[in-house]
Amino acid sequence: MELNEFLILAAFLFCTGIYGVLARRNGVLVLMSVELMLNAVNINLVAFSAFTKNVSGQVFALFVITIAAAEVGVGLAIVLLIYRNLRSPDLDEIDQLKG
Amino acid sequence: MWEQQAAFSVLALAMGSAALGVVRSRNVVHAALFLVVVLAGAAAIYILLAAEFTAWVQVLIYIGAVVILFLFGIMLTRAPMRGESRLDNDQRWGAVVVSLFVLGVLVALLVDAFGGQDIHFGHELVNLGRTGNVGLSIFRTYVVPFEVVSMLLLAALVGAVVLARKD
Repeated sequence: MELNEFLILAAFLFCTGIYGVLARRNGVLVLMSVELMLNAVNINLVAFSAFTKNVSGQVFALFVITIAAAEVGVGLAIVLLIYRNLRSPDLDEIDQLKG
Repeated sequence: MWEQQAAFSVLALAMGSAALGVVRSRNVVHAALFLVVVLAGAAAIYILLAAEFTAWVQVLIYIGAVVILFLFGIMLTRAPMRGESRLDNDQRWGAVVVSLFVLGVLVALLVDAFGGQDIHFGHELVNLGRTGNVGLSIFRTYVVPFEVVSMLLLAALVGAVVLARKD
């Protein structure tokens, strides 16, 4: 199979994630879009691992999965804090630095 | 060979439409369930590439833990379930333009850089993805990053507890 099929699938997922991060208001949905982008990177890493016959790509995918789990934990704690302070999970309402 | 091609086509179609569902769904819980489809599809792609350990870690951590965290987050923030409030902001068309532009640039670059190069399947690839092989690489070549990641997880755990604690 061609390497490019995997890479273009990952590029599509990554761009869907970019769209989600830019267009969503709800903090939980923004975090889900970030997960889409991290998954696209993982698919790239594993595809290149199979392409170069080197296991390092898979190990890096494992590291990315671990860091994504940590990121979701802290990110959801922040969204909860925003919800507790503003009574809404919408990221558009955090505009207190606007002056 | 055509079996892998067919499996990849089905997976890519499912993952692409589910990814669009994640960013377009009017219902937050549906978006989380679409995310499950994308994550399971990614695990199936890893199986297709003979990365079995990575695939099962993906299933355990992403589908088992991260999605459950998302569902907890949805419940705790009382997100709108039936689209009674807007989930998208008004930058939607700008976001479409940006993501299509990035997609175009990436696809052009990838076709230019890796066009016509094949992944060769075989015993070598299956041996590469074995759990023992991955474990040896983690604990020999990448043992220092592994320890750093464990410190990072501890810091994230403490940070999440401190942030979410009710005073």
